[in-house]
Amino acid sequence: MNATALEKIQAAFPDATCKVVLESVVVDVQPENLENTLSRLKNEADFNCGLMVDVTAIDYLQYPQPQEARFYVVYTLRNWEKNILVQVRTPVKDPDVGIPTATHLWGAAIFGEREVYDQYGIHFQGHPDLRRILNHWQFEGHPLRKDYPIEKGQVCLESDSLEKEIRARLAKKGLDEETLKDINTEVMYLNIGPSHPATHGAIRILTALDGETILANVNEVGYLHRGFEKTAENRTYNQIIPLTDRLNYCSSMMNNIAYAKAVESWLGIEITERAKFMRVVLGEFYRVLDHMVCLAAALVDMGGLTNYWYLYNEKEAAYDLISRLTGARLTSSFTRIGGMYRDFYDGWKNDLEQHILDIEKGFGDALKLVDTNRIVHDRTQGVCVVSAETALSYGLTGPVLRASGVPYDLRKDAPYYNYESFDFEVPVGSNGDIYDRFMIRFYEMKESIKIIRQAMQHIPEGPVNVKDSQVCLPPKAQVYNNIEGLANHFKLVFEGVKTPPGEWYDAYEAANGELGFHFVSDGSGTPYKLKVRPPCFYTMGGFHKMVEGNMIADAVINLSCINIIGGELDR
Amino acid sequence: MALGLEASLGDTVITTKLDECVNWGRQYSLWPFIFGTACCAIEFMSAAASQHDISRFGAEVVRFSPRQADLLLVCGTISYKQAPILKRIYEQMPDPKWVVAMGACASSGGIYDNYCTVQGIDTIIPVDVFISGCPPRPEAVLDALIAIQNQIKGESVLKDRHKDFKGILD
Repeated sequence: MNATALEKIQAAFPDATCKVVLESVVVDVQPENLENTLSRLKNEADFNCGLMVDVTAIDYLQYPQPQEARFYVVYTLRNWEKNILVQVRTPVKDPDVGIPTATHLWGAAIFGEREVYDQYGIHFQGHPDLRRILNHWQFEGHPLRKDYPIEKGQVCLESDSLEKEIRARLAKKGLDEETLKDINTEVMYLNIGPSHPATHGAIRILTALDGETILANVNEVGYLHRGFEKTAENRTYNQIIPLTDRLNYCSSMMNNIAYAKAVESWLGIEITERAKFMRVVLGEFYRVLDHMVCLAAALVDMGGLTNYWYLYNEKEAAYDLISRLTGARLTSSFTRIGGMYRDFYDGWKNDLEQHILDIEKGFGDALKLVDTNRIVHDRTQGVCVVSAETALSYGLTGPVLRASGVPYDLRKDAPYYNYESFDFEVPVGSNGDIYDRFMIRFYEMKESIKIIRQAMQHIPEGPVNVKDSQVCLPPKAQVYNNIEGLANHFKLVFEGVKTPPGEWYDAYEAANGELGFHFVSDGSGTPYKLKVRPPCFYTMGGFHKMVEGNMIADAVINLSCINIIGGELDR
Repeated sequence: MALGLEASLGDTVITTKLDECVNWGRQYSLWPFIFGTACCAIEFMSAAASQHDISRFGAEVVRFSPRQADLLLVCGTISYKQAPILKRIYEQMPDPKWVVAMGACASSGGIYDNYCTVQGIDTIIPVDVFISGCPPRPEAVLDALIAIQNQIKGESVLKDRHKDFKGILD
């Protein structure tokens, strides 16, 4: 499929160099052609890349092979219908002058480019709101530049007021200074968070209200920015797995799997069939857990505490199961490059089935309380509607995008780990309101359980790790009893799994949507650069589109139904 | 009408020390403020949920207003961006107040030894009890709660705590 995509793209852009890397077509263009290239990729029917997956930059300062410029900006675009993934790379000669923005093409670029500006100091000409996003406003320098020392912290003495931003947003919505001064216009500013029970973590929501209706909304994220990407540049590939646990900590193992899958795809490793099935079973089990926490919290926000206990108690019980398997409750670190930490224990199958029955009962009970509940329907139906077009433009993926009627799911559209042979449906919403976002998670849990049962039925016997001494640790008997085993173990632990030099992107359908990893390798055992494409971050970027025009109480339940997880949002 | 304790004690007068009496009350009615930022907050939820049931220790009245709380539970990583907010919340809490740093990140920065993470919240506010773990198990939260209760037992109502603390934001 990508061979034809490559031909088409090369024919359309004869000046650009195009090549295929894994699943994606990489197009190298000069900055002056960038705008034209991006808009053609988005608007021409042949490409139709309506979804901007991610934007990031690369600092080649310490890269062994010389490059045309120190900085490159990479846009990752996707045509979800035809499964075309395009990466457009452009050199940035002077970061202060920068390159033209893509915000007029995709709403997702607003957040994406702000992050690039914050982390790499690259200017985007024409960006409507170019300021820091993850780091605080008093921060000096750009941390992901290679010459920024990792340990150099900078103290923030007070929070940003966001006054300028909310005024700009009001003006954009057609409320100028004159209207605001009018005695009949009563605009009240209301700040929620970053420490507020409704924000489920640390997000700051600033709204301008007319009565209880939200006129304008701006959001501040980055309160849980803990430097995942910079830290990853100083760790070996296997050492990064514990860091990935802490991205979306409600479904930690999905991050482990997504990460290991991304590294393996570049190494060209085919993991064993048993490991594939294990990853499917555990991935889907965590999808269920993630949805349960999201729904439990959302229902509490709506006033339904009973639902919370039905859902949360099952999750709590599931932690016991997970700790029996992995040794940890929350942060599992269960995958390794090339396979899994260990096989299922004896009796896992029965334990799992028992838990699934409990979970089915738990969410069945919770669903019964809301399914025909008039209060829930009135509060959620037709509220905070987001159209399919807006959802795609803002880079929404996963259940939130599917609620808007776009049946995009990587498990169906770009299947991995034999997903094409499992019998399951992808639930799709029709209105894109809170109700849809909410119910879709209930239905996805049912589908995930279907997949788990099928996978447990057909899981083959065999090893869980590949037999490759360059990737997987040798058995302990060899490490303790012969020098080759010991040397092999030592080298793998100290130097890490070596990846060939290059740059690649790989994506996985996590509980919240497309979780992608963008790597740059210099051939060593540590990634030269590792960028996470977090689903939450872009969902949060479209938050104002969902809540403006709705009530403040709707914004609260909207925030809980899109499942923003701080660790993944801010990394 | 005498129903409980007073039924058996009648008109008896009990003498005790003020500290003993006040501390006894404070120990078993801690109202926590959850400063939940990350993974540890999920484990706190488990500590509060039915299986571990924090109300056995009298600390189930979780407040989200610092004005109504006397135990600050910092669950999760504190970044430099978050630090001024944490300090402000702490200052808004009325005295007497106690602080628990839950998990490796809050205690020392944990695995995040980098440009954006505060290397332990004791550089910002005074901390009474640290909990190890990444994240700690719910039992560890209960253990910390008991440690705070034991600490309260030995305190005097006449003495101000942490009067001369100076952190990086002061």
